Amino acid sequence: MLSRDQAADIFDRIRKFSSADETEVLFSGGRFALTRFANNTIHQNVAEENHIVSVRTVFGGRTARASTNKFDDDGLRRVVESSESLAQVQHPDPDLLPMPDSREAAGGAGESPVPTRHFAETAAITPQLRAEGVKKIVEVAQKHKLTTAGIFSSSESVEGIFNSRGLSNWHTQTLAEVSITMLAADSSGWQKANSPDVANLDPLALAEVAAQKALDSAHPAEIPAGKYAVILEPAAVLDIVGFMFWDYSGVALLDQRSFLNGRIGSRLFGENITIWDDVSHPLQTGAPFDGEGMRRMRVPLVENGVVKRVVYARATAERMKRSELRGQAGPIEATGHGFALPNEMGEMPLNIVFAAAQDPQTLSQMISSTERGVLVTRLWYIREVEPYEKMLTGMTRDGTFLVENGRVRQGVRNFRFNQSLIHMLSSVEAMSLPLRSCGEESFDMVVPAMKVRDFNFTEVTKF
Amino acid sequence: MVNLNFRMKQIASWALNVATMRGASYADARIVSQRSRALTTKNGKVGSASDAESVGMSVRVLSDGAWGFAASEDLSRAGVEATAARAVEIARASAQVKQQDVRLAPEKPVTAEWTTPHRIDPFSISVEQNIALLLNIDSELRAVAGVTLAESNLNFNREEQWFLSSEGSDIHQTKYSAGAGYTAYAFAGNEIQKRSYPNSYGGQWQNKGYELIEELKLVENARRIAEEAVALHHADQCPEGTFDVILDSSQLGLQIHESVGHPIELDRVLGMEANFAGTSFLTLDKLRTLRYGSAMVNVVADARQEHGPGLGTFGFDDEGVPAQCTPIITNGLFTGYLSSRETAHTIGENRSGGTLRAEGWNRLPMIRMTNISLLPGEKPLSLEQLIASTDHGILMQTNRSWSIDDRRYNFQFGCEIGWEIKHGKRARVVKNPSYSGITTEFWNSLDAICSRDEWTLWGTPNCGKGQPQQVMGTGHGAAPSRFRQIKVGSAYKGS
Repeated sequence: MLSRDQAADIFDRIRKFSSADETEVLFSGGRFALTRFANNTIHQNVAEENHIVSVRTVFGGRTARASTNKFDDDGLRRVVESSESLAQVQHPDPDLLPMPDSREAAGGAGESPVPTRHFAETAAITPQLRAEGVKKIVEVAQKHKLTTAGIFSSSESVEGIFNSRGLSNWHTQTLAEVSITMLAADSSGWQKANSPDVANLDPLALAEVAAQKALDSAHPAEIPAGKYAVILEPAAVLDIVGFMFWDYSGVALLDQRSFLNGRIGSRLFGENITIWDDVSHPLQTGAPFDGEGMRRMRVPLVENGVVKRVVYARATAERMKRSELRGQAGPIEATGHGFALPNEMGEMPLNIVFAAAQDPQTLSQMISSTERGVLVTRLWYIREVEPYEKMLTGMTRDGTFLVENGRVRQGVRNFRFNQSLIHMLSSVEAMSLPLRSCGEESFDMVVPAMKVRDFNFTEVTKF
Repeated sequence: MVNLNFRMKQIASWALNVATMRGASYADARIVSQRSRALTTKNGKVGSASDAESVGMSVRVLSDGAWGFAASEDLSRAGVEATAARAVEIARASAQVKQQDVRLAPEKPVTAEWTTPHRIDPFSISVEQNIALLLNIDSELRAVAGVTLAESNLNFNREEQWFLSSEGSDIHQTKYSAGAGYTAYAFAGNEIQKRSYPNSYGGQWQNKGYELIEELKLVENARRIAEEAVALHHADQCPEGTFDVILDSSQLGLQIHESVGHPIELDRVLGMEANFAGTSFLTLDKLRTLRYGSAMVNVVADARQEHGPGLGTFGFDDEGVPAQCTPIITNGLFTGYLSSRETAHTIGENRSGGTLRAEGWNRLPMIRMTNISLLPGEKPLSLEQLIASTDHGILMQTNRSWSIDDRRYNFQFGCEIGWEIKHGKRARVVKNPSYSGITTEFWNSLDAICSRDEWTLWGTPNCGKGQPQQVMGTGHGAAPSRFRQIKVGSAYKGS
């Protein structure tokens, strides 16, 4: 895997090839392997090694980017030429700032250090070890007369940035991930988890829970669509809430495409909702710097239901300070959440952490207190129907249950929902302790399970 | 070029030799060189300008009856041989958890060259010219009062691939694709409306050269699109209820993608995608027994150039099988799946349908849609004639949201704009149109398809599937069509 010293050497070679006023180089890549199984068989099993160098050059306010995975002199010379020739034909961008130096990028004091996210045991996982893990999952399926499908993946990756003003940041990380679907004749169950440290994963426990969900949801009944009290497991919560975080962005406000336009500082959600972006949180992953190398700040996005602020890349903050929207934009400062330049999206919070409720409940307690409702394992194919009320549609999947009189009664056919996120987060009656969760519809977060009243199911499907 | 071809074949031969020496019963090597350019503008400025290139090689092997796959950027002899050895090691690990050996349908080895027919290499057009075009569009969009955000994009791709297999195939293939589009947003009050051209989510994409951009009449339509975005704020909400629905060809293209293209993927049907993309209601017993649609529904999966320059057009798939046309729905009857060499035998076929494709050199080829197209009606019928023959209905245009369950039964689509049709005329514009249904019920309600001159081969550049996820371009030909008594507006019910 590419080391920081090797990257520094490549950066020096790139600078020699470059005639630009300023030069920035991003490094990414590493080793990734994934063992995939279905029908109790490993049917796909892949490994790759790849690194990408991405060069941004600046000439008098003009900038552009080119990338390659060829690190020999010819490859580097070519990528510099591509970046420079693209940059030189741009129109000068009055909003483009000089690249940050190390001092500016470090931000103010007070940010917590990011814990190590590279674990040798995860980096050392072999195809053999993954196969042995899958074999145990298959044995759980066979024990319950089910079939299973899923993945066991492992990776070791780097992310780095160097620029001609002396900035240099480097991050290494490992990640192991297990996702398991258990299938019966007319039902299914699902579980997924990941961690930089493979020791935190328990594939057997995940397999047993997924299997139990498949067994418990067998012979699903059809109950009518309508508004129900819904208990969303953490994966279902992250699936749906993930769709709003693109809008917690200064550029989204400036573009007037955010559902937060005109709403910053107002109580949009229930008082029990508090959300941070916090890259240093022990259950989070990722590099502590953004696409320009700026330190990611810990940012309170929502406090007790009030939308406090959005995140800003450096240039976005300067644009907002000059904008007529600045009075409605909350605190305006670069927060270290920018994407690599040039881009049209600006920035986004990617390390979401929901604060714990004052009186957290377990999933069992939420079920016990529910007279009639629906327990949802996972959501699927979520899309935005209406952007300002944040109306989303999607389906339940892999374990949907009727709850009656405080008990899980039986599996039910899957529902389509059409639900305003604003309404949902204003209707949360109970939450579990937040935990690291992963799904397929959104990025990983630290979120609780939620019990939500009047969740809007509009249709029922055939299974 | 001769030297490059020789070198690439040499690299592939290193991989194949090591794989077979280490016991692989089958091996193929793909060396891919990809180049892409992406240009965007937003509100009068260039949003992003980037070029990317990526070169690498993958080795796919069968050993001990199971699959292994390894890929690397390292094309040195030592690097290639290590990658091939890793693929065999991975296959041996796979073999520890198998129920039966993988069986490949036979395929005659071929030596071939194939290149996307194109008139103008898109990379030969200067960046200045491209940016000038985008800024011209941007200016037209923002000339309309009420437009609060204008976005436009141009994208070009070139992919050159050398495929060699242990069975003797030697295929050199170069594919070009281009895409372009724009969107005008209007934010006012508590509402964000938008209109896109020629389609939403990046516009129109085809396997063509720069000539596609010239054909799209981008600037000519910008003012109208912007005016429609603003006008939507004054439009009535689309009524809720049961209506006859006419879909424009781009929305119908996505409807085909989601409710025909995905369910016919044989790997989904066989459970191979159960953990992520899902399965399919089209279980094997439904082949040649299920009445998928009304008698006028004829759908093909056609990767051949004669079908058109779709994103699913190629000479050979990524396991060396020539492009083919497979009848999927014939006069309403379900007649075919998308298959591969590994899966063909499960439907009684002795040859793959030729649909295995990979996103790049570092991804495993998997069953992907080619060009899944609804054939046009045989009798002359224009969109205006179709509207004129509709007593009361809703015409919907340009996708805004899409969602379907993981077996592909229940779907819901939203569109950017609609028109209520009364007594054969467009009576009024309506905003936020949406419709929903069950796949087979929907296709059985089709009662009119416009003819060939209204038919467009749309490109969907962003189809996601697989773990790790791969994004693939697919093609969908469609002409405006009418569906009887469809549920409209349930997206907004109870909100």
